[in-house]
Amino acid sequence: MPQPLNYLKETASQTAGPYVHIGLIPAMAGFDIFEKNFSNVLVTPNTQGERITLEGKVIDGSGTPLRDVLLEIWQANAAGRYNHPADRSAGALDENFRGWGRGGSDFESGLVTFETIKPGAITDKAGRKCAPHVNIWIVARGINIGLNTRLYFSDEEAANAADPVLNLVEPPARRKTLMATRSERAGKAVYSFTINLQGPDETVFFDV
Amino acid sequence: MNAQAPALRDPRFNRPEPFTPRDGGFFQRDRTIHPPAYAPGYKSSVLRSPRQALLSLESSISETTGPVFGHNDLGPLDNDLIRNYAKDGDPVGERIIVHGRVLDETGRGVPNTLVEFWQANAGGRYRHKKDTYLAPIDPNFGGCGRALTDDTGYYYFRTVKPGPYPWRNFVNSWRPAHIHFSVFGSGFAQRLITQMYFEGDPLIPVCPILTTIPDKDALDRLVAPLDFNASTPFDSLAYRFDIVLRGQRSTYFENRSEGN
Repeated sequence: MPQPLNYLKETASQTAGPYVHIGLIPAMAGFDIFEKNFSNVLVTPNTQGERITLEGKVIDGSGTPLRDVLLEIWQANAAGRYNHPADRSAGALDENFRGWGRGGSDFESGLVTFETIKPGAITDKAGRKCAPHVNIWIVARGINIGLNTRLYFSDEEAANAADPVLNLVEPPARRKTLMATRSERAGKAVYSFTINLQGPDETVFFDV
Repeated sequence: MNAQAPALRDPRFNRPEPFTPRDGGFFQRDRTIHPPAYAPGYKSSVLRSPRQALLSLESSISETTGPVFGHNDLGPLDNDLIRNYAKDGDPVGERIIVHGRVLDETGRGVPNTLVEFWQANAGGRYRHKKDTYLAPIDPNFGGCGRALTDDTGYYYFRTVKPGPYPWRNFVNSWRPAHIHFSVFGSGFAQRLITQMYFEGDPLIPVCPILTTIPDKDALDRLVAPLDFNASTPFDSLAYRFDIVLRGQRSTYFENRSEGN
């Protein structure tokens, strides 16, 4: 027996269960307990960048939208920089943008929305430009380990074509599962997305 | 204790090495200790599990960074489930303290990270409109709370022990008493939701959710032992639950090619 390396093992994941709202978004569950709540609104009036709404659904293998799902998003600011000490890239920090939000699906429609800004292009460790994107993490009853995926923007065709992560997706036809489609609603940009957990249009999920 | 269990170092007596943020990639996740997405014994996973292979990515700046939280995000009673929803008295049930450390796979405490928790009341019922179990709602118990770890990764909260409850999986499926945990870490790739179980619960081996975990040692690490020494006499028993998040490498430096 060689000497042990003494690394610990990651704690095993478990489903967030059907009552994830109680713990993580109690206000949305009609549950007034915390003085300060986290929400799906990432912007303040002073945040820099183009205001956008992200609006989407998570669809199960029967084609039904999940109505008990929780999504978290994590994104760079308008200058393409994450609000975290490990990001030392050139873009300026925006003190009015944490870059993180969480939202639950509507109990009737299954719609999940975020009010945020469009992120800038990110520069990766190798100095490559990465297309603007939003990182998504999904938990719900029946999801044993949180699912990681990304949203890219349909109106960033040139940047998307050069993005190093999108270019890893094979076959290329699956890249469209990561696209949010831009439209205008009352003068405001809305990006719509669908996450399919199964089926012929199954969304690309990442082992990060 | 098995060989892989986190070391139970009491931060009052044994200060660990100082935590400095790293910005290298995360260790590859060992999928053999996590439940598979498709676990038909847990019926809800059947329609909700991706069937295509996940696309492997090297950790990029999108995964090695994550939200930063501070005390401004929390209220003063957030880690006291006995008080944070009390209307006209204490919640019913066995008063307990749950405490432990958030560590990474290299054994370092993860400081200033957000830990959130939620649970059923002592009768096994959640304060949720979809929960129709016949046990009563407790008017003085909400069932959720949160805490930030201190500079050694230590957290604690006070609550009542949740009850077990039946659920519609098999006809006679029961959940062992458990508390849900949500933990962040320093990068988004460390994001984890899990559940803590209680030492000695006879429902643990027959739970269709808990047994989605294929690795017996990994399953045992979700079971919190009674920590008798940390109990408060004539007040609360204590349970100890350490949580391990993914490890992270240091950035490659040309003058320190071995890392650190």
